[in-house]
Amino acid sequence: MDFIGAYSLGNLLFLLKGLGTTLLVAFIAIIFSFLIGSILGILRYAKIPVLSGIVALCVEVIRNLPLLLIIFFTFFALPEVGIKLSVTMAAITALIIFESAMLSEIVRSGLNSIEKGQIEAARSSGLTYMQTMQHIILPQALRRMVPPIVSQFISLLKDTSLAVVISLPELLHNAQIVNGKNVNYVIPTFLLIAVIYFLVNYSLSLVARRLEIKERTNRKSTGKVLPAKHQAGEMMQ
Amino acid sequence: MLDFSILTNNIDTYLEGFLNTLKVSLLALILSFILGVIIAVMRISPMKVLQLAGTAFVEFIRNIPLILILFIFYYGLPSLGMELSGFQAGTIALSIYTAAFIAEAIRAGILSVDKGQMEAGRSSGLTYIQTMRYIILPQAIKIVIPPLGNQFINLVKNSSILGVVAGLDLMYFGDSISSATYVVFDVYIFVALFYLILTIPLSLFVGYLERRLAVTG
Repeated sequence: MDFIGAYSLGNLLFLLKGLGTTLLVAFIAIIFSFLIGSILGILRYAKIPVLSGIVALCVEVIRNLPLLLIIFFTFFALPEVGIKLSVTMAAITALIIFESAMLSEIVRSGLNSIEKGQIEAARSSGLTYMQTMQHIILPQALRRMVPPIVSQFISLLKDTSLAVVISLPELLHNAQIVNGKNVNYVIPTFLLIAVIYFLVNYSLSLVARRLEIKERTNRKSTGKVLPAKHQAGEMMQ
Repeated sequence: MLDFSILTNNIDTYLEGFLNTLKVSLLALILSFILGVIIAVMRISPMKVLQLAGTAFVEFIRNIPLILILFIFYYGLPSLGMELSGFQAGTIALSIYTAAFIAEAIRAGILSVDKGQMEAGRSSGLTYIQTMRYIILPQAIKIVIPPLGNQFINLVKNSSILGVVAGLDLMYFGDSISSATYVVFDVYIFVALFYLILTIPLSLFVGYLERRLAVTG
């Protein structure tokens, strides 16, 4: 093992560049996945005949497939039907397909966690379904969704490393290139990137945990301060 | 339309991959369950050193990518003079990775058992290990089964990384069929179907267990 050689400035900078790609790809993917996942989650929650069923089927199929297969598919199989994507685009597309399905479930269970009485109260006070969703249900559900979404982002960051199979220049791929220079670099490099992944993801998981505690205490205290009767009275005004 | 002759001509290859995927998933489930129980018990043991070691394992493993663990065993160990096959490296990596998640599920299950049970067990003369073995774990296992089912689904999906290190699983044979036939799209659709044959019934079953547990409390 050659720690000094493996941790030369050039190698370290090259690995940092890989980390940059990992973070960038994960960040782009989570944003699009959140948008698409929200739409899918709401469609499933709204129980629209036929449409909700189709969405449910697609989400379940994708959630039950390995992400690696989806990455392979977007990069190697789509060109056969005339869709040619660059490595980066293929990786981002695959991550968005997979993570949208995952996030739609988070959105749906967030929406389901809001008591049905809230919809009834809003509807009977004269709001339309859309208004109820926009002003009453979504704001509350969104707050509850934040901790699981941060956890999902951690998974996404880890999963980005699967794009090593299509040579996306992310952290693991760059580590493999450093390893190619010298067999004695392999263990030191892998240890270093393990620590890098750990530091990034662990700090995110601490954020998720803090948000979760805050969310839980919020829910308790609002329950105490604003009993159901009081809330109903407020809505009447 | 899908070309079903690809499936029928290569059915033996597909099935071999399918069975190996099932084999590695079951093997890794057993190994990660054993390791997971040990780590969960370490984390709730009264000994600070064990607690710390258990927590460090769980937090470290959960926060690094599975494929990195696989690469450490597959590409890293040979540089220390130890060669593993793709199948062996894959099984070890999957077991270690899944153990961290199973340990957390088991710990949550154990913590959900009333504290009085431990006190009662201890004061009736059982040792800590005996109380765990005969009183706490049998009760905790009921709560732990649905999350374990979820971990098994993840294992089946995650086992696809064996394809990257020639681990003879579904992904690997999918790759070999597609290089033999020069077809990619259809070959991988059939690979996907084989995964779904395993994962969809499992998800439905776990969903059923979760609902039943929610009703009985």
